[in-house]
Formats: sequence, structure tokens, C-alpha cells
Amino acid sequence: MAKITLSNLAHSYSKTPNSPDDFALKTIDHVWEDGSAYALLGPSGCGKSTLLNIISGLLAPSQGQVLFDDKDVTNASTSERNIAQVFQFPVVYDTMTVRQNLAFPLKNRKLGADYISDRVTAVANMIGVQDFLDDKANGLTADAKQKISLGRGIVREDVNAILFDEPLTVIDPQMKWELRTQLKALHQQLGHTMIYVTHDQTEALTFADKVVVMSEGEVVQVGTPTELFERPAHTFVGFFIGSPGMNILPVTVVGNKAMIGNHPIQLSSTYENLSGTIEMGIRPEYIRLSKEPSGLAIKIQRVEDVGHHKIVRAIHSIDGQTIDINVIVKEGIEISDDMQYLVFEREKINIYANQWRQEGSAPI
Amino acid sequence: MKKTVNQKAWFMVLPVLLLVSFSAIIPLMTVVNYSVQDTFGNNEFFWVGLEWFEEILHSERMHDALSRQAMFTAIILLIEIPLGIFVALHMPKNKGFWSSLCLVLVALPLLIPWNVVGTIWQVFGRVDIGLLGHSLASLGIDYNYTQNSTAAWFTIIIMDVWHWTSLVVLLCYAGLQSIPDAYYQAAKIDQASPWNVFRHIQLPKMKGVLLIAILLRFMDSFMIYTEPFVVTGGGPGNATTFLSIDLVKMAIGQFDLGPAAAFSLMYFLGILLVSYVFYTLMVNSEGQGS
Repeated sequence: MAKITLSNLAHSYSKTPNSPDDFALKTIDHVWEDGSAYALLGPSGCGKSTLLNIISGLLAPSQGQVLFDDKDVTNASTSERNIAQVFQFPVVYDTMTVRQNLAFPLKNRKLGADYISDRVTAVANMIGVQDFLDDKANGLTADAKQKISLGRGIVREDVNAILFDEPLTVIDPQMKWELRTQLKALHQQLGHTMIYVTHDQTEALTFADKVVVMSEGEVVQVGTPTELFERPAHTFVGFFIGSPGMNILPVTVVGNKAMIGNHPIQLSSTYENLSGTIEMGIRPEYIRLSKEPSGLAIKIQRVEDVGHHKIVRAIHSIDGQTIDINVIVKEGIEISDDMQYLVFEREKINIYANQWRQEGSAPI
Repeated sequence: MKKTVNQKAWFMVLPVLLLVSFSAIIPLMTVVNYSVQDTFGNNEFFWVGLEWFEEILHSERMHDALSRQAMFTAIILLIEIPLGIFVALHMPKNKGFWSSLCLVLVALPLLIPWNVVGTIWQVFGRVDIGLLGHSLASLGIDYNYTQNSTAAWFTIIIMDVWHWTSLVVLLCYAGLQSIPDAYYQAAKIDQASPWNVFRHIQLPKMKGVLLIAILLRFMDSFMIYTEPFVVTGGGPGNATTFLSIDLVKMAIGQFDLGPAAAFSLMYFLGILLVSYVFYTLMVNSEGQGS
């Protein structure tokens, strides 16, 4: 187990990167604390797999250092780093039985036969494959194979970290829940540092203590699920997390008032000296439909009932332009035709300048 | 709902039936016809039943040709399959200039017409003007494929290996390309030795294409005719007279149409049988694999 430090790290797949766009991974400084469960969340192609492969040593970074407990391992091989990794597609050795699969990493490290057999039994019980230990691995279902891949990772007691590269992609939805719960339980039991790459926000938020959100090769925010939800540091985070994501509305801000067109909205903090493109972010959960004309005038386009709540797709018009606004209405609240205004929860409004969140000061 | 029976659709099959008749069934039936009759010319035929089949089955000449054939096929399979795997494992894995170049170079021998291959090696092996033959002779090695049967076998085996290993290489290479990177990465993480990577990842994933390669090389080598015919003509003596060469000698050289026809039929059925066994094996192993 180890603390993993990324120092001034960047990577480009091109040998002669000219512009920042050539970098799949822009400069990153980050510390993965020992024993924590992290999720690396971002859309496809944002560089999260690149980052994971650099940590595991399958890829050498173009610049910067990777430190395990202050020891530089930038040029160390995967096996020297003593890392376990579970891949998107289950990797099992088809010719071996489940037992041989689990014993394989230990055998290759020339450990004693008694120790190996004890360890394999223990791990098989942890991941729930004890009943088919002597079956050939190639006849198993995808989720059982993925359990074996995971088992080969945790069978070594001294691994520095376990990395997961979208491990549940090929697993059936019902099994996903089970495996994810099992992973979380294993983390609490073993206390390894775990890094879990995914583009699925539910997976990330349920698995991790801390979520690292990436976009276009950059880490845009590191935070707990609550922080990501309540105070997204970047409009991308607001938009990417949540279903539907945060509403981002163009505003002008003076003091503790934001203006959408001519409509004023009271803010809970005061903002001074904002520059650049100013936007206001508000989650659909924190908007209420109202009949009071003091709210923001809108037209409801359509209502989608997704079971435990309704999603209202509304538009607001300014100067011939329209802005889309999503509102979540709890089940049981009727939506009537005269609800043509929106009211925002003041405490939940975030203000962004050039897409980055601004911290306001308490109103005077 | 009542299903209408419409047998008119059978007429659609008629053109295919006609084509196949002319291309396969009628010629094959001629052979069947010859195999059960004897002739003394003048287009007069006598019914002899299974006499020719019995004669061929008990003929020593055929036994010898068959054992030479089996020996040849076994040797070239034992060389070409491991060599093909070995070469495929060492070709550049990533798509790019070098892998394309390797593929083209490897594929070249496959593009050469068979009698040209024979001619190339016939000349190459000659002691007077051939590069191989002359070099070996000047090293003091007694090499002359027209007189020495070991030299003749050596030449024909080397020629076949040169000509056909490429096929095995290409098939194995395709099999190797289909292995996802994650397998190699997982093996690295598990600290698997190169032998283990081969034994537990590459070989199992190549199994399907390897069976096809073995099947194709078995069929082709068991029917080999052109190349040894051009190089040695079956000689010296009968040393390189394989089944096809012997068959042609019998049918066209001696004009023994009856025995030759009986022989062809058994030859054909033999290859069909072995290929069928291979095919069954292949289908079964694919069923297990996925």
C-alpha cells in the first residue's frame, strides 16, 4: 500500500507535441492518499485511461514523475511497481482452472505452495468463486471472469494499489450492482488504495470516497460526491454530473444580484471584480415551478415522467434568443398550465467566470 | 394459418444443379465408371467389379507411395507449423511500415505459380549452375538431387517449407493480432514469463487459425504434384514419387485407367475423411473457446 504522487505529469502520444492540443494528458499534480478509494470520472477520450496506464506503468509519461511513497517509479516496470489492474474486458487464462488463474501471480513470484493454496482459498471466498474453483475459466460468464481478474489483483497481499479500468462495462446491469457493492466491501476490508476509472457517474459516486473529474486531458475537480453535486468547480462538472446536469445560464452579476436579461435574481453572496464570460449554475433539483410573476418567465416545452420525479424541459426567451432550462419536479406535485415562472433556491446558485466557479463573499 | 406448398421453387436450383453436374458430378462419375471396368481399347469395356480396388489396396507400389507421402506430409507439418508460429511471433506487432513490409515479403512465395517454384528450385539446386547446389558441392558435400535420394528429399522439403511456411505465418499473425492488449498487460502485471505468455495467452488464442493452417497444409501437401514433378520427376528411382505423381504415372504413363481410377477415388475419399475429422475438431474447439 502506498501513497501515489503525480508530479508535473503530462503525456502526449505524439513524439513532437507542438500545441497543448497534442497532449492527451495536460499537466497534472495530484496525490492519491494511501488507502482511499478514488474514482476517475470523465467522458470517453478525456485521458483517464492514459492517466491510469501511466500510474500502472504500462505507459511512460512524456514529462513529470510518478512517486510511490516518495520513491520515484516513473521508469519502473509494471511488476516492479507491484500494482494490480482490472481491465475493461475480463482477462482470464482460458487454459487454466479458476484456481490456477488465482494462483498464477503468486506462482510467478515463486511463493510457497502452502501459502499459495491458503491465499487462493481466502481470495476465492472474498470474491465468491469458491464453488467453481476447479472449473475451466473459459466457460464462465463475463461477470465471473471479471471476478477472477479482480481476484488475481487482490491475491497479492502487498499490492501498492488496485486500478480499475471501466471494469463493469461488459457486465449485466443487475450484476453491476452486486459487483460494485462487493468492490466497496473489499476496499473497506483490505484498505488498498483503489483507483476506479469510469464514465458512469453513478458508478463513480457510489464507489469512491473522492471523485476526480477529468475533461479534455485536465483534472477539473477533485471532491467528495456531495461537493461535486453542490459546488461544481467547473461548468463541465456541473453539466456532466447529475441527470439532467446543471443548468448553465448566461448572466451579468453586480454585487449580490444576477441578471438574466432584465430579470434580477437575488444571490446569497456578493461577487466583486468578475471578468470574462459570467454564467450562473443551478441544478434542476433546486428550481421550483411557480405561478407568481415575480419568478423568471418561461414556457414549458415538455414534461418527462421518469417514475420518482418529473423532468420539465422549459425555455426562457431573451431578445429572440431562447435558453433551455431543466427543472426536476418531485412526484406528487401537479404541474398546472398557469405555472409559467421559475423560482431558484438562493443558497444553491453557483457563479462561474470563464467556466470556473467563483467564491463570493458574505453580503455586507 | 395454412401453409401453401409450392414446389416450383425447386426450379430455381436447376441452374446450379446443371453447373455442378458439368463441373463435378459428371467428371467424377466418369472416374467411377472407369474404376469398375477394364478396357483393351477400341472403346470396349468389361465389368470387373471391385477388382481394381482390391489390386490397389494390395499393391506394394501403392503402399510405398503412401508411406513416402505420409512421411513427407509429417515432416513438412513438423517444420512449417512451429516455424510459422515462431516467425509470426517475431513480426512487428503494430501497424506501420515495417509490419506491412514484413507481410509483403512473407506473402511473396505464395504468389508464385507452383511450376515456377519447381523451376526456381530445380535451377537453384543444380550442381553445375545452381547457387545452392554449387555452393554445397564446393563445400565438399555430396549433394546431387538427381542421383542421391537424401539430397532429393532435402531439396523438396526445403522447397515446400520455403513455399508454404508463409501461409502458416499469415494465419498465425492474424490470430495474434486479434488478442486484445489487455491480455499482455495483465500478463505483465502478473509477472508471467514469456513462455507462460505463449503457453497461456498466445497459443490458446491461435488455436482456431492453427487448426485451419494444419488442415490446409495437410490437404495441400498430401496432394503435392507440381513442384516435385518439376524438380525430380519422382526420382531418383521412385524416391520422391508421391501419391499424385504415382497416380499420373499410372494413368497417363502406363494408361492403366481402371486401377488409376480406383486409386483416385480412394485417394479422394481418404483426404475427404481426414479433412472432415479436422473440421469436426475445429468446430468443437470453437464452441468451447467463446
